[in-house]
Amino acid sequence: MPLGLLKYGLSKEHPAPRFFRDCTQPKKSYDAVIIGGGGHGLAAAYYLAKDYGITNVAVLEKGYIGGGNTGRNTTIVRSNYLTPEGVNFYDASVKMYEDLSEELDLNLFYSTRGHFTLAHTESAMRTMRWRAEVNKHVGVESYVVGPDEISKACPQLDIQCSGQAPILGALYHAPGSVARHDAVAWGYAKEADRMGVEIFQMTEVTGIDVKSGKVVGVNTSKGYIETNRVLSAVAGFTPRITDMVDIDTPIVIHPLQACVSEPMKPWLDTILVSGSLHVYVSQSSRGELVMGSSLDPYEVHSTRSSLDFVEGLTSHIVDMFPFLSNVKVVRQWAGMADLTPDFAPVMGKTPVEGFYLDAGWGTWGFKATPISGKTMAETIARDVAPDLIQPFRLSRFEDYELTGEKGAASVGH
Amino acid sequence: MKLLQCPINGIRPLSEFTYGGEYRDMPNPDTCSDKEWAAYVHYRHGAPGVKKEWWYHGPSGTWFIAERDTMADKVVRTYIAGQEEAK
Repeated sequence: MPLGLLKYGLSKEHPAPRFFRDCTQPKKSYDAVIIGGGGHGLAAAYYLAKDYGITNVAVLEKGYIGGGNTGRNTTIVRSNYLTPEGVNFYDASVKMYEDLSEELDLNLFYSTRGHFTLAHTESAMRTMRWRAEVNKHVGVESYVVGPDEISKACPQLDIQCSGQAPILGALYHAPGSVARHDAVAWGYAKEADRMGVEIFQMTEVTGIDVKSGKVVGVNTSKGYIETNRVLSAVAGFTPRITDMVDIDTPIVIHPLQACVSEPMKPWLDTILVSGSLHVYVSQSSRGELVMGSSLDPYEVHSTRSSLDFVEGLTSHIVDMFPFLSNVKVVRQWAGMADLTPDFAPVMGKTPVEGFYLDAGWGTWGFKATPISGKTMAETIARDVAPDLIQPFRLSRFEDYELTGEKGAASVGH
Repeated sequence: MKLLQCPINGIRPLSEFTYGGEYRDMPNPDTCSDKEWAAYVHYRHGAPGVKKEWWYHGPSGTWFIAERDTMADKVVRTYIAGQEEAK
């Protein structure tokens, strides 16, 4: 059997299926150029083609697709945010995710697990009640539960957290899910490519050509491309792109680290988050515990990882699950998170005509992939940002109309 | 970067320090426009490079300036604000 498999694998009659064409040299001009071949950029390309018939589009990726923050997050999808505008936006995304495997004809391993945000203090309980009420008001299934219900859903959890930070209750969010993150990028790439979008890997944008306040083209490592519409969807590289068009933003870059344990038999059904302990954890379909923590405390533009992070995170994980003390961490990594002061994204039009921004995704980008793609495609096609993303416009900072979103991951209340 | 040179206490472990953000000049609130003030309050220079930053040494309560390459995460030099020349 193994030999037969090898023969089949090496046979020229059965080449490995490719998800998208191997584009090497961009054309002279495109209707739109998307910088960044992550989930967001590829989703925007897909919805531009599908919803608006705009298929003369190039996606430029300086590495390989899905190799940035799309492949570095902890894959949690949820909508239990704190502000009505945030809840509405992320709820639209969760609803799109639920049917996405079918739409993209690719198994995204989308798995609805239920999501508990643990509260260890009275003030955290107050925030959970606040979030639950906002969620219910908007029609999202979230409610506050006590320690008994948490123990029932996850009997392995030490409710006393080794006596360090006893759990008083939690915000339970039924639609909370995990998905295979790189498959999301691959699925969007596959379908966008099928409709005519061209995807260029290892192609770096080195400059954006702006004439009298309008975008006219982009300089790339593979030559100049004429276009009058450019979308920047580059997460941690956003300040380098906005510098090319002289736009000021509040975005700063801090690394966000994560790690996985060695694989185990399935035992953790739910997704658990603790703001006070700076932990979020779920078990992947491979059996690894996927664990994340808070942001690194100062600005760094690199994806280096540190021992401090694993030390801090694992000590809290062992508080929650003492029996994990002998389990090994097998991989750790970091992504560059593009943070905003109000923990909400920056989306839509900018002072430069034809330059659109999909940025400020900090620690909350993966869950928003479908809806950000759809709304940014609409913004590019119509040159008007839809109502759903108006609260996230760049000009909110000049107008002192920040969103006050504190439901983002890794934020302690 | 795991160690940092405090201008008062010498080389100390990074865990004793807190990052205070980029050093920025405040516009005069009496004379600047609302837009200029909003830009000062909200906007940051996010691109990588050698940046002048505030750092705080907790145990001794010392605020000081560090010039740091935010791409390589290497500190070029540290000094007490205003005593740049003396160093």
